[in-house]
Amino acid sequence: MRCLPGSSALLALLALLAVGAAPAQYDYRLAPQALGNGAYVFVGALEHFTRANGGNIVNTGYIDTPAGAIVIDSGPSRLYGEQQRALIERRSGRPVARVYITHAHPDHFFGDQAYAGVPVYALPATREAIAANGDALADNLYRLVGDAMRGTQAVAPGLPAGAGRVEVGGRALQLIALAGHTDADLAVFDERSATLYAGDLVFHRRTPSTPNADLARWLAALDRLEMIPYKTLVPGHGPVLQGPEAIRETRDYLHWLDAMLREAAARGVDLPELAELPVPARFGDFAVLRAELSRSAAHLYPALETQALRRLAPDVRE
Amino acid sequence: MRCRAWLLAAAWVAPALAAPPDDPLRSPAWPYMAERYFAGQTVRFDAAVRVLMAGAAEDPLAVPVHVDADALADVREILVFADLNPITTILRYEPSELARPAIGFRFKVQQATPLRAAVRTGDGVWHLGGAWLDASGGGCTTPSQASGSGLWKDRFGEIDARLWPRADGWRRLRLQLIHPMDTGLAGGIPAFYLETLDLRDADGRTLAHLQTFEPVAENPLLSFDLGGRGVVSIRGRDTQANRFAGTVAP
Repeated sequence: MRCLPGSSALLALLALLAVGAAPAQYDYRLAPQALGNGAYVFVGALEHFTRANGGNIVNTGYIDTPAGAIVIDSGPSRLYGEQQRALIERRSGRPVARVYITHAHPDHFFGDQAYAGVPVYALPATREAIAANGDALADNLYRLVGDAMRGTQAVAPGLPAGAGRVEVGGRALQLIALAGHTDADLAVFDERSATLYAGDLVFHRRTPSTPNADLARWLAALDRLEMIPYKTLVPGHGPVLQGPEAIRETRDYLHWLDAMLREAAARGVDLPELAELPVPARFGDFAVLRAELSRSAAHLYPALETQALRRLAPDVRE
Repeated sequence: MRCRAWLLAAAWVAPALAAPPDDPLRSPAWPYMAERYFAGQTVRFDAAVRVLMAGAAEDPLAVPVHVDADALADVREILVFADLNPITTILRYEPSELARPAIGFRFKVQQATPLRAAVRTGDGVWHLGGAWLDASGGGCTTPSQASGSGLWKDRFGEIDARLWPRADGWRRLRLQLIHPMDTGLAGGIPAFYLETLDLRDADGRTLAHLQTFEPVAENPLLSFDLGGRGVVSIRGRDTQANRFAGTVAP
């Protein structure tokens, strides 16, 4: 913009007014829930992305060590990451030691920008997916969440996470490399507190989401998680719990979803008609059930319905 | 005298027809849509026209929609359009008496828009149903996958299909034609799409006639509910006069 002579004072005044009128930045009001033995979780809302929740629909967490905290997932926005980091460092009195990103979905990694200078780890396929799709995911989240996303850009985790046992500040973690919810899903097991951070391989009282899911691999991943001697399980979405209920619940739902879609495809049901099919009462109180079912149909049904068709013989083509 | 009475009647009726009813979807483009598609005709928003569609487009290149107007008698035509798409007309479906007035399809969406099904009954009245679709956009100006892969050259024109019996006595036909369905809105790629599809039964009776337009998704996947007897023959033609044909056995 070209300024007219004499207008600079006016512009300066306008700029001052703009600063004065700028809305307060979104406050996520993060409050860690203690899980015992230095393990913590930040529990998000059981909702879809909205302007009101600022995208905080996710569980993130941290594990305190004498060398600084280990953070698991950085949340849905730059602001979330900044507020998460400030809160953790204030409480632990030390800089964060490292961050693990469980998978390449936008509610789990968009806080990475707040961790400049901190090693951020993810499975190789997660790093690739964020590098490839991060900008498109950001565009969509700006559209859904709005102002809380201000200043957020996708930053792919800088370091590859390897499966196996690692020690940080004298604390042993087991990194479990799985897949099924996405192409690469990292679960983190903290041995001392016996806490399993399951990422989005496990949902609890919240309908599983499937935009990049492979249901067979996901079910196999659940079998593997079930063998871990955890006491406390932190699902990617939903309340923290003790015991196997959330893994069983996720498996039950995925089995039902798979069978329901296959059966419908074999009957010639059109995709939008799936919304009218009955859902078992045991899933009735899952959060965002109908919305996620509709999305899952869009993700998983096209492959099944085209498989149900038959190629018309070439001799009948003109 | 008689002629004058007619003129008077026409003068009285004309303004009533000219004002379309208020749009329950409150679309900014409704007055233009009403003028474009229904000028001089009677339009009624009618809950009997069911449009099944998710509220948000998971994939803007292929938004699944199922229109069902079975609650209306004597349906002659189903016109489907999206107010805010750069090309608004998606399809015109003419089911014969040997077809249920319902159709399933996928379409490309460019931005959030109302999606409407206008159903014309034998008395000439248009019955409108529809819903808003939220979309992150870009479906119409993105090149078809086929333009990038070249794979379609090997399978172009092939039809996959299947016919299922339904509990209500109709027969569900689902078919997919391999076709790029280029809109002409992506740079350097001219419009190239399926234009017509005709369905007949074993006795050669017409079951349905369909006109499709640019916004129909690549490799159109269509669902019909048909009557008739025996095999269903499919005959199609695109904008470059390629002809497609196939026969589906029950």
